[in-house]
Amino acid sequence: MTDLALTGLSTRPAQTWGGVRLVPLIREKPIEDLRLDVRLYDAEFGVVEVDSRTVYSSYIPHGFVASWASDATPAAAYGTQLRGPAERDRTPSRMPLRFHRRMARRTDRNRLRFLPLHLALEGYLALHFGGPEIAWDEWSRRAINRGLSPRVEEAYSGAAVRGLQDALRVFEIHPGQCGVLVYAADALAAAFVVPHPDDYRALHSTLVHDLYGELIYHYAMLSMPVPDFRARIVDATVRSLAELRAQARQRQQEWAAFHDQVMAGGLLGTGYTYQHVYEMGGYRLSRFLPPFERQRENHIGELITDGTGRLAYLKTFRLSENQVRRGHLLTQLAAAGWNLADTAAALGVTEPELGLRINAAGFGHLLRQDVLDHYRAQARRGRR
Amino acid sequence: MNAAITSTGQREFHSGAGEQSLSLDFLHRYLLGNYRDLYAATLALDVNDHNAVLIALNLLATTAEADPDQRRAEGRLIARRLALLPPPRVYGLFRELRRAKVNNRRTRAIMRDWLAARPDLAFDAVKYRAAVKDAVRHAHLRPGGELGPFLFTPHRPAAYTTPILETWRRAHYEQAALYKLPYTVAEGFAAKHRIARAAFLERIAPRLTRLERLRLQESARTLGADAVRADLATMPLTRLASYVLALSPDDRVHRRAELTAALRTAARRSAGDQAGRWGAVVAVLDDSFSSYGSGHKRRRPLAVALACHFLLEALASEYTPLWLSGRSDALLARPYGATPLGERILDGLDRRPERLLIVSDGWDNSPPGLAGEVLRIWRTRLDPRHTCAVVHLNPVYDAADFDVRRLAPTVPTAGIRDAENLVALVELAQFAEGRTGLFELRAHLARRIEEFLREDDA
Repeated sequence: MTDLALTGLSTRPAQTWGGVRLVPLIREKPIEDLRLDVRLYDAEFGVVEVDSRTVYSSYIPHGFVASWASDATPAAAYGTQLRGPAERDRTPSRMPLRFHRRMARRTDRNRLRFLPLHLALEGYLALHFGGPEIAWDEWSRRAINRGLSPRVEEAYSGAAVRGLQDALRVFEIHPGQCGVLVYAADALAAAFVVPHPDDYRALHSTLVHDLYGELIYHYAMLSMPVPDFRARIVDATVRSLAELRAQARQRQQEWAAFHDQVMAGGLLGTGYTYQHVYEMGGYRLSRFLPPFERQRENHIGELITDGTGRLAYLKTFRLSENQVRRGHLLTQLAAAGWNLADTAAALGVTEPELGLRINAAGFGHLLRQDVLDHYRAQARRGRR
Repeated sequence: MNAAITSTGQREFHSGAGEQSLSLDFLHRYLLGNYRDLYAATLALDVNDHNAVLIALNLLATTAEADPDQRRAEGRLIARRLALLPPPRVYGLFRELRRAKVNNRRTRAIMRDWLAARPDLAFDAVKYRAAVKDAVRHAHLRPGGELGPFLFTPHRPAAYTTPILETWRRAHYEQAALYKLPYTVAEGFAAKHRIARAAFLERIAPRLTRLERLRLQESARTLGADAVRADLATMPLTRLASYVLALSPDDRVHRRAELTAALRTAARRSAGDQAGRWGAVVAVLDDSFSSYGSGHKRRRPLAVALACHFLLEALASEYTPLWLSGRSDALLARPYGATPLGERILDGLDRRPERLLIVSDGWDNSPPGLAGEVLRIWRTRLDPRHTCAVVHLNPVYDAADFDVRRLAPTVPTAGIRDAENLVALVELAQFAEGRTGLFELRAHLARRIEEFLREDDA
């Protein structure tokens, strides 16, 4: 499985607000046997009545904050999790959160939300990159023991992305809508798909607490309002109402095709590396990494598919150009088994140059200090 | 003019209160500066109360810019309009004038005449005490009888001879007296005497006004005060629709017969002699999520659509409602989903009606612009002879365009605030379909002003 496709979902006309364009995705038949963990529903809504006898699997999206354990301290789910009916009561793997006094009082209301911090993204990257597997001499002790963690990546909360909050507020959720693609200045910022319309309604407003990359922040800040793709029908072709209706339908299909091929083209397609995390009740949870090709869209994320390849859950984060460069470097290192000489050869640079590049990318602490100093000295000598 | 009908300076679904009032303020200033006579003439039209007050305020504040003829015409229009406005609005205007330090001779004369025409100034003095006091002080008036002492040294007289003033004085000490006062005043005394809310509502019930009754009914019921019963059949249509939409779906199902009957009665009353005369009508009614309105005007667009539904049912001989969500039970309408206006209009045109009415805020988004295209092609290619009259009614003022949002240039759009005005608006919109210049508009307005002022003399 190397393709990422919106199987089982159809695209509906976009709704724009300022520089933000939201494209709804509709599911003809909702997936009933995979639902948002019921504790999340209880926390915020308490409205979904799921018969306790029905057998269904549940999922908990990455970065969700709720009181999972009985001690009622808020914690963030660490990595999206998939679970069967039998394990429903097991607490998910999570990160406890410590709030300041004032924030703790706010969490008393038991609100359901995404982790509004960089933590979620760090988690993503730490999940994706374990660090050097072979202890070559050059790597520092810390890199061997702890991997890349703690990794800090910068991201903006959705509330800081200009116009996103209003766009989400005035967005009219379609009946049967199970997903949305968020564009800022027509750059794909994130894709979000859930199995059931009720889940979507519950999670729609949390998109504003979600994380968006630096690129999206700047695009949204600087963008002019994006134009609507207004339907146009040529008069000359229409002689009756039926023809008019046919034309209208055709416009709709053209838009869907255009969107899936052109606008979402950078997300959908091949070249992803998948890591299968868990399989449960016919559903499979995977994380994926982009090819880290520079100067094109790169999304990382998590997805759940069922046996027939239908997409049940998807959440992506678009990497900024800097992050792509770092990712590229790490992939090259991983491909060469974290051997510096081999990697340098693969990249067509000398070893000291590679060492300095690792340092410039913010991974300097991974190299042993004396090795790094040695590279620096060599580079100085070479320049002279 | 559309703006003057719909906009109120409150928060809407798509724009904030600040934006709304800023946009409206600009529009008022622009019209006042460039077309003063037209601006004054709008007082004779069905503009909403908020705008009528704003127009009167602006005209009075800029008296110096008008010549004597204009002043005379304006003075009559303002006086006539104020006589039609609810008293709290007028007192609000007087206090606004005081705040703006507008105190020219014309302003004082208008205030004096209006106050003199009040049927029971003593009642006003009790109900709107501070406002009356401000007005009297601002217009340099000397109120007769006991009113002067009541307004300025209320606790000095040992007793009043005017009954309502005496009741007010006694209400300070005696609980029984406060039930003879207007509800808003009595409420304050009830708090002072620490009377339980349920007991208070039970006994004040006979003194409630019609709308107070409607407003308090639900909260009184939860408190167990059953005396507060609104007679739904006498309520205005749009208010009633708002009330129905505020009930929970279970309640609505439970009281279906009662609510439907009340809505039908109100609609028949609004339809008047036009009832059943409109032939085959199809209505496209917007119940998309944006018809929720805002926290300020909760479900107002949807309420207008619901009221229009019942009104058209009364007007038409053959009526088909098409809700955007595809729902057929109007009573259970709730704002949810997208706005596929284009498709629905096609469905409507398919039925070949004599009239097609669209009640929507004009945010066509599924797909955007399809409704406009459908209407354009319908008008230019499929029905160039206007066998089917299409009118778009929009309950929401769009701050960015200084107007209501239009669907297509070929289809007349009118702003609507209360469904009760539907008949007049549809006539007017059709009149507007043939493009009119400024000259025709002036002629039309002159006619309206004449009618407006003649009603006064009659």
